[in-house]
Amino acid sequence: MTGLRLADGPVIPNFGKPSACLRDNGWFCTDWIHEHWGDTLQPALIQHIQLTLIAVGIGFVIAFALALVALRFGFLDPPLGVFTDFLYVIPSLALFQLLVPLSGVTVTTVEIALVSYTLFILYRNIVVGLRSVPPDVLESARGMGLTRRQTFLRVELPLALPAILSGLRIAVVATISIATVAAFLIEDGLGAPIFAAIGTPDLFKTELVAAGGLAILLALSAEALLALAQRALTPWNRVR
Amino acid sequence: MATEAAELVFDEATKVYAGREGAAVDHLSLTVPAGEICVLVGPSGGGKTTALKLVNRLIPLTSGYIRIDGTQIGDYDVTELRRSIGYVIQQVGLFPHMTVEANIGTVPRLLGRPRSWIKARSAELLELVGLDPSYAKQFPAQLSGGERQRVGLARALAANPPLMLMDEPFGAIDPIVRARLQDEFLRLQKEIRKTVVFVTHDIDEAIKVGDRIAILREGGRLAQYDTPMQILEHPVDEFVADFVGRDRALKALALKTLGELELSPATEDGLPRLPADTSLRDALAVAVAERRDALLVVGPDGSPLGVVRREDLLR
Repeated sequence: MTGLRLADGPVIPNFGKPSACLRDNGWFCTDWIHEHWGDTLQPALIQHIQLTLIAVGIGFVIAFALALVALRFGFLDPPLGVFTDFLYVIPSLALFQLLVPLSGVTVTTVEIALVSYTLFILYRNIVVGLRSVPPDVLESARGMGLTRRQTFLRVELPLALPAILSGLRIAVVATISIATVAAFLIEDGLGAPIFAAIGTPDLFKTELVAAGGLAILLALSAEALLALAQRALTPWNRVR
Repeated sequence: MATEAAELVFDEATKVYAGREGAAVDHLSLTVPAGEICVLVGPSGGGKTTALKLVNRLIPLTSGYIRIDGTQIGDYDVTELRRSIGYVIQQVGLFPHMTVEANIGTVPRLLGRPRSWIKARSAELLELVGLDPSYAKQFPAQLSGGERQRVGLARALAANPPLMLMDEPFGAIDPIVRARLQDEFLRLQKEIRKTVVFVTHDIDEAIKVGDRIAILREGGRLAQYDTPMQILEHPVDEFVADFVGRDRALKALALKTLGELELSPATEDGLPRLPADTSLRDALAVAVAERRDALLVVGPDGSPLGVVRREDLLR
């Protein structure tokens, strides 16, 4: 072993052979997209989806548990509402910075912040959905001999589904948007190429447009997908 | 519990709500014979609905007993008890996210009946309550108020319970549909012969529907428990007489038909002809409107049965 393996290329990547795209810096240069889809855009997109799914998934579990607690012990609903609202109100950048001393410059920090933003939306919608079940429906369920558990699983939960799914839609879209800011902290998600483009001396437009556009596309498709799921899962809401 | 119809006994049944003065139901004792409709009626605050909900233990008894076919309700498992009692409420309480068929199949599903059984039972019950089989796949939001209440009744009958509890079942329905539902319910009851406890605040509905009427007064005390005719003709006190109304004599006339009277032989011609199943009240209305002293009663085939005089109607 004579030493560490040295890289072959120039010290500054792409030095000396800037692509035509970089040189001309037009609004949208397809060659660059072709060349860098595999090493830049696609990984960023996948990371972005991962960041979002993990945040909304964990957020949903926590919000659901909090909602059940609030419904069981009514006096806890106002404080839980205020707490989740408080988390929601903190500006995302500030929350990222605040968490760094606790969890470092890590994905964990970003996820904690993202989860805390979903809580408010999900918690509110789950509570409202479960509370909106008409009292006569609950009474007939009880009178017909459904147990507490059966009433919850077969009646309350399905009837709360429209509100819960609405909350999920808002939470997913909001998280997709906030997750771009995560790139201030870590090199993950579609925010990374956006910041990279902004960081170039004369603002590399193609990368900015491509990454930003992907984030918008991702939000739109998530919204459409969830809207379709909502339609399919709540057929009784479509009648009449 | 036996399947056909059960006898229901209230034995000094009492409900006192914590923190409230006086009882909601006060030492209520009455027996509903198997296969009969008992109507609980009275002013608000009379504890009618409370008394009803004591039976399926939606409200726990404070003291006293309620027995179904001789067994105290407390000795049944509460879930089993409720599944074996049909329950119909004013707002119906259909599950909005389930089709009509799924709603009707609720209790059979809990009892583990197979899907094919539920489908067949649902079709049978839709026919019984006078709804087209095509309703099976509809959602409650697509039905009218009257149709919803029919589905509610079908759902309560789905497990073929020996006892039905009906809490103002027709209370939220407009008068015309209401009268039709009452008629159909009575026709249905002739076929299925369930024991029914029926709560209403409407004395006319009580008289029409009940085999027996229990009139409850404020504080949940039983004022009188009797057949409609007895209550109309012999109210036990001022309260009952008041509650039944000044027109109780007319209401009593509505309960008897011409066929129940002794008729004199037909001699006169040109009398108004009325079928034997006409109520005395309607017959009197015809006699007054046409200024006649006598009416000709005819059989179902139109053959004359005899003559009734106006004063016979009022006797």
